[in-house]
Amino acid sequence: MTPHILTRSLDRAATAFVLLVAAVGVLIPLSNLLLPQGSMFQVPTYLVALWGKYVCYAILALSIDLIWGYCGILSLGHGAFFALGGYAMGMYLMRQIGSRGVYGNPILPDFMVFLNWDKLPWYWYGFDKFAFAALMVLVVPGLLAFCFGWLAFRSRVTGVYLSIITQAMTYALLLAFFRNDFGFGGNNGLTDFKDILGFNVQAEGTRAALFLLSCLALIIAFLICRAIVSSKLGKVLIAVRDAESRTRFLGYRVESYKLFVFTLSACMAGVAGALYVPQVGIINPSEFAPANSIEAVIWVAVGGRGTLIGAALGAVVVNYAKTFFTSGPLAPYWLFMLGALFILVTLLLPKGIVGTFNSWWEPRRSTGIAADEASAAREDGISAAKMAE
Amino acid sequence: MNVMDTRATSAMLYLDGVHVSFDGFHAINNLSLTLAPGEMRAIIGPNGAGKTTMMDIITGKTKPDEGTVLFDGTVDLTRLDETRIAELGIGRKFQKPTVFESQTVQDNLLLALNVDHSVRGTLFWRGSKAESERIDKVLETIRLTDARNRLAGSLSHGQKQWLEIGMLLAQDPKVLLVDEPVAGMTDVETHLTAELLKEINRNHTIMVVEHDMTFVRELGVKVTCLHEGSVLAEGSIDQVSSNERVVEVYLGR
Repeated sequence: MTPHILTRSLDRAATAFVLLVAAVGVLIPLSNLLLPQGSMFQVPTYLVALWGKYVCYAILALSIDLIWGYCGILSLGHGAFFALGGYAMGMYLMRQIGSRGVYGNPILPDFMVFLNWDKLPWYWYGFDKFAFAALMVLVVPGLLAFCFGWLAFRSRVTGVYLSIITQAMTYALLLAFFRNDFGFGGNNGLTDFKDILGFNVQAEGTRAALFLLSCLALIIAFLICRAIVSSKLGKVLIAVRDAESRTRFLGYRVESYKLFVFTLSACMAGVAGALYVPQVGIINPSEFAPANSIEAVIWVAVGGRGTLIGAALGAVVVNYAKTFFTSGPLAPYWLFMLGALFILVTLLLPKGIVGTFNSWWEPRRSTGIAADEASAAREDGISAAKMAE
Repeated sequence: MNVMDTRATSAMLYLDGVHVSFDGFHAINNLSLTLAPGEMRAIIGPNGAGKTTMMDIITGKTKPDEGTVLFDGTVDLTRLDETRIAELGIGRKFQKPTVFESQTVQDNLLLALNVDHSVRGTLFWRGSKAESERIDKVLETIRLTDARNRLAGSLSHGQKQWLEIGMLLAQDPKVLLVDEPVAGMTDVETHLTAELLKEINRNHTIMVVEHDMTFVRELGVKVTCLHEGSVLAEGSIDQVSSNERVVEVYLGR
C-alpha cells in the first residue's frame, strides 16, 4: 500500500475505529491473562472466546458491506465463504490431532476411521502444514467466488436473482457437506481440536492470542476496505451500485469490478471463518445454512450499509443481543426479535445506526462551519464599518 | 455500389438495412443512415419511431437482427459490447438524465474522464493536474463550477441534463449521442443548451434526438425524421417540416 492510499483512506472516524479495535485487541487479552481471577476488571476466558467470535463476525460483516453497501451486490450466501475458510482451518486442526484421536490413527481423523476408510482422500493432502491450510483459507473461498462471479456477472445476473442463486449455492454446499462420503465429517463436522501451531487451543494464552489476531485481521480487513472505497475504484463501485448501465456506457467493464470485489470479499469472509473455528472449537455443515447468511446481512443493515464501521458495529451489537437474549427466558423468541429488529431498522433507520448518525451529524458539522464563516464575515463587516467611521 | 463503399469508409456512423424486432414488433425496419465526421444531426419522429432503439443499437445495448452498423468506416459495432463501444469513442446521454446521484458533480465528471478504466488503474489512481484542469474546464462549459461539490442528486432537472452533457465532454468521445437534452427545460435553458451543443459540435460529431422543434430549428442542422423504424424524410428543417408525410405522422396539421 502506497502512503497516499493510506492517508486518503484514514479519515477521522476510520482512525478512531482502528484505534478502538487495537485497544480492545490488546486490553481484553491483557486483562484476561494478567489480572487475578475474580478481579472486577478481569475478563474471564469464556468471554474472550465469545468476543473473539463477535470480532470474526465483524470481519464477515465488513466483507458483505464491501459488496452490498458499495457495489450493490446482495449476497445471501456469504456464510458459505465463511464456512469454507472455517473448514480449511478445521482440516488443519484435525490433522494436528494425530494419534491422540479416539481411534489413535496417526494419519486419519476419527470420522474416516469410523467410516472404514483406509487412506486419506487426496483433497486432505497438505492440510497438516499450517502455511498450506492458511493459503487454502484464502484460495478456496476466493476460487469459488471467482468462478461463481465470473458466470453470474458476465451473464449480467443482478439484483434479487443474484441473491437467490447465492442462497442456492450455500444450500447446495450445506447438503454436500452433510454427506458422510463427501469426506468432511458429515453431520458432525470437524471438532475435538487439540493444537494450533503447537499450542493447546483450549489454553488461556492461545485464546488470548487468537483474540488479538482476530482484532488484527479486523483492522487489516477494514483498512483494505477503506483503501478500496476511498480510491477512484470506490467511486466506480458506487457508480455501478447506483446506475450500472450508465457506468457501462462510460466505458467501465462492470463485470470486472464486480468480480474483483466479490472475490476479495469472499477471501475476507474465509479469513473470518478460519479465525472463528479455533475459537468456537467446531465447524459443521450448519454454518452453511442459508439463515446464517441472511443473519449476517441483517447485521450490516442494522449497523448501516455502506459505512464499513457500521457493518462491524452491527455484527457486534446484534450478536451481543443474541447472546443476551438466547441465554435468558426469552430464548425461544430470539428469531422473532431478530425479524422484528430487521423490520424496525428498515422502517425507522433505513440507513442503519451509523448511517443515521452520519446524516444527523454531517449537516450539523457543516452548518457549524458555515456559522463560523458567517460570524467571521460579520466581524469583518463590523471592523470595516468601524474603519469607515 | 462504389458510391456506397466510399461513403461507408468515410462516414463516422454508417447504418444500412438495419432490422430489429421485439416479439414480432418491428422497432427498426430497414433503417439506413449516415453521419459524416464533424456533422451534427437532429433526429425527430413520433413516439415509437425507433429513435432510442437506434441509439441502443449504436451503443451495443441492443443487437440488430440484420444489417450493417459501422463506426469510423471500419468498426463493426454489432459485434461489440457497451463497454468496448464506449472505449472506442461513442458517448451517450440518456433520455432520462442519468447521473450518479449520490456522488458529487466533480466526481461524476471524474468518473467520466476517458482515462484508464481498468480495476488496477482506478485502485491505484492518483489525481493529476491535467485531469483536474479538464474537470474545471468542463464545469465552466456546463456552468456548474459553483455546484462542483454538491451531490448530483441535489441538482435541478436542467442542471442534471447539463451535468450529463458535461460527462460526455469529459469522456471526449468521437461521437455524441444525445437523447432529448432539453426535455423539461425552461426556454432560457433550452436556448443555452442549443448554444452548448453548437459549441461542442466544433470538434465532435453529434446525433441529437429531440421533440422540441424550436430547439431543432435553433440548432440549424440537417434533420432526419424517423417513422416506424425507418427514415421518412431527411434534409433541412424547412424541407422536412414541409414534407407532407412528416406533417401527417408527426407534426400534425
